[in-house]
Amino acid sequence: MKQVFTRPESLKDVQTHFCPGCHHGSIHRLVANAMDDLGIRSETIGVASVGCSVFLYGYFDIDVIEAPHGRAPAVATGAKRARPDRMVFTYQGDGDLAAIGMSEIIHAANRGEDITVIFVNNTTYGMTGGQMAPTTMPGQRTSTSPYGRDINNDGAPFKMAELLAQLEGVAFSARVAVNNPRNVLQAKKMIHAAFRYQVEKKGFSFVEALAACPTNWGMQSLEANKRVGDEMVPYFPLGVYRNTANL
Amino acid sequence: MPYIKIDEARCKGCGLCTTACPKELVILSDTPNSLGLNMAVFSDPEKCTGCSLCAEMCPDVAICVFKE
Amino acid sequence: MSDKKTEKVFLKGNEAVAMAAIEAGCRCYFGYPITPQSDIPEYLSRELPKAGGVFIQAESEIASINMVLGASATGVRAMTSSSGPGISLKQEGISYMAGSELPGVIVDIMRSGPGLGGIDASQADYFQATRGGGHGGYRIIVLAPASVQEMYDLTMLAFDLADIYRMPAMVLADSVIGQMKESVTPNPRPKTELPLKSWVVRGRASGEPQNVVKSLYLGDGEMEAFHWKMHARYQQLADRECRWEEFQTEDAELIVTAFGSPARIAKTAIAMARETGMKVGLLRPITLFPFPKVACATLSERCKRFLDIELSTGQMIDDVRLSVARDAEVAFYGRPPGAGSLPTPEELFEQIRQNYQAPA
Repeated sequence: MKQVFTRPESLKDVQTHFCPGCHHGSIHRLVANAMDDLGIRSETIGVASVGCSVFLYGYFDIDVIEAPHGRAPAVATGAKRARPDRMVFTYQGDGDLAAIGMSEIIHAANRGEDITVIFVNNTTYGMTGGQMAPTTMPGQRTSTSPYGRDINNDGAPFKMAELLAQLEGVAFSARVAVNNPRNVLQAKKMIHAAFRYQVEKKGFSFVEALAACPTNWGMQSLEANKRVGDEMVPYFPLGVYRNTANL
Repeated sequence: MPYIKIDEARCKGCGLCTTACPKELVILSDTPNSLGLNMAVFSDPEKCTGCSLCAEMCPDVAICVFKE
Repeated sequence: MSDKKTEKVFLKGNEAVAMAAIEAGCRCYFGYPITPQSDIPEYLSRELPKAGGVFIQAESEIASINMVLGASATGVRAMTSSSGPGISLKQEGISYMAGSELPGVIVDIMRSGPGLGGIDASQADYFQATRGGGHGGYRIIVLAPASVQEMYDLTMLAFDLADIYRMPAMVLADSVIGQMKESVTPNPRPKTELPLKSWVVRGRASGEPQNVVKSLYLGDGEMEAFHWKMHARYQQLADRECRWEEFQTEDAELIVTAFGSPARIAKTAIAMARETGMKVGLLRPITLFPFPKVACATLSERCKRFLDIELSTGQMIDDVRLSVARDAEVAFYGRPPGAGSLPTPEELFEQIRQNYQAPA
């Protein structure tokens, strides 16, 4: 008998603070898989952001820099330009990347920084208690949109994978989900490809991962998981939006 | 016979694994554990094919899979 | 026989900062244009790549301080520069660097404010610089050049002190010092003993400890311990790194306290005063943090009258008052920023005359 499914080495064997049914854990694992499979763990520097992902250093067995809210792409730029021989990635939520950090991500992407950005979109601000996020969907109730997001008041949700795919500086932009095994396996491939872009020095890579936030959606974990497939995927379609090196 | 092991120290009882198994071999237990969670249990080892989809689905990496 | 490397050059203050940064081994500069310091990114955009360094004109002052944070976390000497409005934007990043114990140099060429203000010389960012301008309770090293030579030398010192004490260091000058041209001897980088940066993030090889650069302290007692640790470090700074200039203070009955441009003008006014028989001297703090308290206190044991002169309505005066003996009087003359705000030597001479009391 041999073990055919194991915890990736880059992922510490600790219990996480993530809620039951939160998809962060899955996405963390897929990023760790990419690091293991590409053999880059001892060269990788992670840039943690602010949100439920702030404890990145507690879960990935790598060196980590903590960035202020939204600034991870700028911090990653500084680290990668200072140490171009290291693999540098950011891991950001929707408030961090698409609200306060919108300028930093657009410009890092536009400059074509040789970094990898993992963007977790769960249509809410998780850590702070479920406020409206730039990716909150029309009609979605949150603690700061109690009547449901009104496009006339708050604008439409951002579609980051498509937006960044417009920029010449972006080499790879894809959207994935982890709400069923098929999507998990596809996400694993996309995240692997994204890191490969950096390893092969082929440019800026971006993966948007749709995720469930059962606690702040006020749902049980299975219900929340279902929402990802039923409501989120139709609005935020999965796929590859830019793939300049066809990896 | 392939089988899975569910780590009780990691399982949070989210139930995502129960949706993944094509043969529905993983279910949530009726009795809660000491943390009040209804943990995942491997209900029918005989039919496991070691496909690992339950493990792929688990956000807490609580499942490991063994095969010949 | 002239040493080509240390032949004098005629430079703007801002250019001297940039030149010194390269000599000091700075290999990352991230900045943004703002008057009156744009010469710094302009110079470095030209020269830093030639020295094998990285120059980025970032999308904002926020982005640039965060790039400094990232580069510094990997152990590389990194710098940014700005003026008032941009320094305000950087406060979050500076606070994070202080909380993460990261070295780095921030150059502030002060313009008038608040708000958009103007581009004239000001010293009204003294509080922001020395009182830990961002949130959470911290200090940064603050060095105040009063000449183009000091813009050069103090920039190099800033990098060393930042590395030794693991905290951000600021070079704080008014726009006159930034824009003026003087002869500079481009001194070589001093051979300072620097600690090994064992804490940098570098990619964790097997068997090596994980290095994390962060400012989050949630564990019981952790944050308190951090604050006391930094408190002790600030005390170390005060004990070891205060720098100041004393000019004719030995027999002075009135001592002017000033930094930057007003200090230069005061020297001329003091010379005028000396000619009329008044015994006047100058104490010019060079480190604004740590403030040379002991030097002030020592002088005030004998001299009981001080005249603080600033390009503001009075900020450094608080530190002077806190430092001098209880029975010393500290008068004030301020020229807040605005067109024509630099005082003339005659103007300062008149203030000296009014505040001077000959010994009985």
